[in-house]
Amino acid sequence: MSLRTPLGKVRGLGSAKDGTQHFWVQRVSAVALIPLTIWLVAELVCLTGAGRDEVLDWLGNPIQAILMLLLVVAGFYHLKLGIQVILEDYVHSEGARLATSLMNIFVCFAGGAVSVFAVLKIAFGG
Amino acid sequence: MVEFFLPKNSKVGKGKTYKAPAGATRVRKFEVYRWNPDDGQNPRTDIYEVDLDKCGPMVLDALIKIKNEVDSTLTFRRSCREGICGSCAMNINGKNGLACTTGMDEVKGDVKITPLPHMEVVKDLVPDLTNFYAQYASIEPWLKTESPAPDRERLQTEDDRRKMDGLYECILCACCSASCPSYWWNQDRYLGPAILLQAYRWIADSRDEHTGERLDNLEDPFRLYRCHTIMNCAHACPKGLNPAKAIAEIKKLMVERRA
Repeated sequence: MSLRTPLGKVRGLGSAKDGTQHFWVQRVSAVALIPLTIWLVAELVCLTGAGRDEVLDWLGNPIQAILMLLLVVAGFYHLKLGIQVILEDYVHSEGARLATSLMNIFVCFAGGAVSVFAVLKIAFGG
Repeated sequence: MVEFFLPKNSKVGKGKTYKAPAGATRVRKFEVYRWNPDDGQNPRTDIYEVDLDKCGPMVLDALIKIKNEVDSTLTFRRSCREGICGSCAMNINGKNGLACTTGMDEVKGDVKITPLPHMEVVKDLVPDLTNFYAQYASIEPWLKTESPAPDRERLQTEDDRRKMDGLYECILCACCSASCPSYWWNQDRYLGPAILLQAYRWIADSRDEHTGERLDNLEDPFRLYRCHTIMNCAHACPKGLNPAKAIAEIKKLMVERRA
């Protein structure tokens, strides 16, 4: 039970003066992912039946490696932003929201770091 | 967390059936949600059979007839009966709308009537709009200026006036907000489509001098950015307005003022 006025509850802690950056980057990454995804699908179709060495050669090409890095970075960042929205929408208890938000950040950044490392290792002939 | 099941004391049971008078030929069934805060009972659905030959054509006509002639305990809000006061907003066969402007011929089969979804119920079809009105107050819905008031009316070009078309017609019935899943889950912090459309009505008003402060007040992950363009609001609006578009315009201004 609370004796705060309805307006007091609505005004709450005030505006966070934030959210536009998230909104904008989510859209920018979405736009970037359209051509990058088309590129990846087209390349994967071309690589159908290719052996391991052929695929390594393909990803060793600087242009392909750079495009793959862009895809990985944009993809994981977009994923992080998207899951954050879902958590804010549906997870309402403070503790659960904090725990899941942290997990989201760690998992997305770890996934991104592993992917970037893998691409670089192949690109530099590891 | 989102709840997938109703709490035990909100489960809706079967209620009474009120038969149509003998001799009625065109009978329509109305299944109406009933809940009385004073009797400690769960909600129930009462069924009223209405003789359409002795009833007006709108859903509200049937509700008024039921209240006047069959069951005076049935509680609902109504006033203008012509779609301008917004009082009789309710859910009719799964869609939010005004009972006074929804014709019975627009609804197929039995007419199922429940209060606006995901709002606290005061009684029967009356939702508690306290939070909704407080959210409206929070956007300060009046003209705010710093310049000294002119001797005559504040002038506005015809083009600027047209920017408020599709905004000023909102009657604050809450049909859109109560149809929005984002508002269902987060109405303690998300302002919802109706209030954001109203907020944009003042942002779009060329006579207002507090546009920046108004945007500041809305720039928040919850107040504004819970809108995911689901568009239920535009589908539900009985006045044919598009709150989702107004919200998109606010977001565009948020981006524009940073660039």
